[in-house]
Amino acid sequence: MDLFTLTALLGDGLAVGSIYALTALGLTLVYGLLRVLHVAHAGVYAVGAYAGWWAFQKTGSFGLALGTGAVAGALLGLFLEAWFYRPLLSRPPHVALIGSIGLFLAVGDLLRILFGPYQQSLPALAPAPVVGMLTAPQLVVVGATAVLLLGVYFVVEQTRLGLGWRAMAQDALTAAALGVDLPLMSRLAFLAASLLAGLAGVLVGAYYNQVYPTMGAVLAYKGLAIVVLGGLGNLWGTVAAALLLGLLESLAVAYLGHRFPPEGVAFVALILVLLFRPQGLFSRARR
Amino acid sequence: MYVVTILELLLIYALLTLSLNLVVGLAGQVNLGHAAFFGIGAYAGGTLLKAGAPFPVALAAGAAAATALGLVLGAVSLRLRGDYLAIATIGFNFAVVAALLYTPYFGGAYGLSGIPRGLAPSTYLLALLATFGLAVFIHERVRNSESGYAFVALRDSEVAAEALGLNVNRFKLVAFALSTALAGVAGVFYAAYIGTLRPEDFGFPLSVTLMAMLVVGGMGGLWGPILGAFLLGGFAQAFAFVHNYQAVLYGLLLALVMRYRPQGILGRVS
Repeated sequence: MDLFTLTALLGDGLAVGSIYALTALGLTLVYGLLRVLHVAHAGVYAVGAYAGWWAFQKTGSFGLALGTGAVAGALLGLFLEAWFYRPLLSRPPHVALIGSIGLFLAVGDLLRILFGPYQQSLPALAPAPVVGMLTAPQLVVVGATAVLLLGVYFVVEQTRLGLGWRAMAQDALTAAALGVDLPLMSRLAFLAASLLAGLAGVLVGAYYNQVYPTMGAVLAYKGLAIVVLGGLGNLWGTVAAALLLGLLESLAVAYLGHRFPPEGVAFVALILVLLFRPQGLFSRARR
Repeated sequence: MYVVTILELLLIYALLTLSLNLVVGLAGQVNLGHAAFFGIGAYAGGTLLKAGAPFPVALAAGAAAATALGLVLGAVSLRLRGDYLAIATIGFNFAVVAALLYTPYFGGAYGLSGIPRGLAPSTYLLALLATFGLAVFIHERVRNSESGYAFVALRDSEVAAEALGLNVNRFKLVAFALSTALAGVAGVFYAAYIGTLRPEDFGFPLSVTLMAMLVVGGMGGLWGPILGAFLLGGFAQAFAFVHNYQAVLYGLLLALVMRYRPQGILGRVS
């Protein structure tokens, strides 16, 4: 394989991994704080993509599309937090998990009923090579992700909000006793997670130039695999696992071809990691 | 006859929800990959029926294949709890579907077709009814026996159950073995019923549908799982026109029941 093809593959892998990172980061943040698996997060991502597509149809501006996707995602996320997840916190965790899968199925199917089962195109980014084999969409996705991740890093590590999140993730009761407003922390976590998911939806729609109702399905289940590989609740482990998976998939398809069953192998790997390294690939100790 | 055909399908669903209840409702181990065991039973039984094996042999093979795989998942459940186990069972379902899809022997994406019934229509119905009766009997024996109490103790608090001297691991394995054997048997009946099997028929969406039937009916008891299977299965059959909206209806129903009545229609508040 020549260097040229390799850079193209790495570019694609990095872009796909960035999308995984943006969505999985929200999943792991929510899990860290509330201990619920938010499968409907992938529905938020699909709604964000559709909102962005709609705004782009109307205005032709990619910036407005990103903004609309982020706002739509955030509103849906805040609604789900207030209506669904918070009231279920006192129940056994499988209650929220099962209901969340139901919500995800309903959102995807609702998009199909409203906008039709076919793909809509979102031609915001011209796929012209810019640097070597790297294309403009790849650079935009990777660049936007890098900026957003830096933003998240700053919020989590440097602000009072981030301190509150970390305190709640470590020990919610003690944090509450010390004056951390737990409901507010949970609302803001859903807000941040859903903003990122909405943006990721628009970015991925523009990257592949397609938006379709079941686009969340891959992320809904692969997202679970990624957060487990990264160590449930471990933010930076999740980012690393997402980028790693994006790169590996890109290389695997190139070297092994499409006959290779990526989902099957990804999930077998997931089960093995669960059995032998349940704390994730990048965490030192069990939480 | 149309009504009998529907009844047979609903009985197969009820076998599945009863078997799922053994693991989820009684032993408290979340299983979001039950369709995989149904599929393994269907493929094993279907292959044998197609080769001309008698129905009881196919039934035994389907049960054995599903149980073998069920013990693997049972072993996994010994090491994982709660959310981790739930994710592993989802992964298990995807892995089994991928394995069926990539095994040329099972016809790959085209699946397995031309499976004979293996029994005369009336004998088939009787056999299915008898199996259903047997499943209810096993379910009740488990629920009302010492091991049934052990199951419930396991569900309510695994740590307390272990402290009381229960062999938690053994009960988990028994629950998984019984549950998956029944799912395999249901699979063989389904293969003979439908005649054509494709890998995606046994994917994660079916596992979610089965879970929806169980939680809507109410888990833990006897009538909840049966009611759920008949209600949701019958609803889809009676209102064929809602087929286009089935996913959104199932999804919303699942979310609404979990939100407002997580114990289901017939379930009790614990």
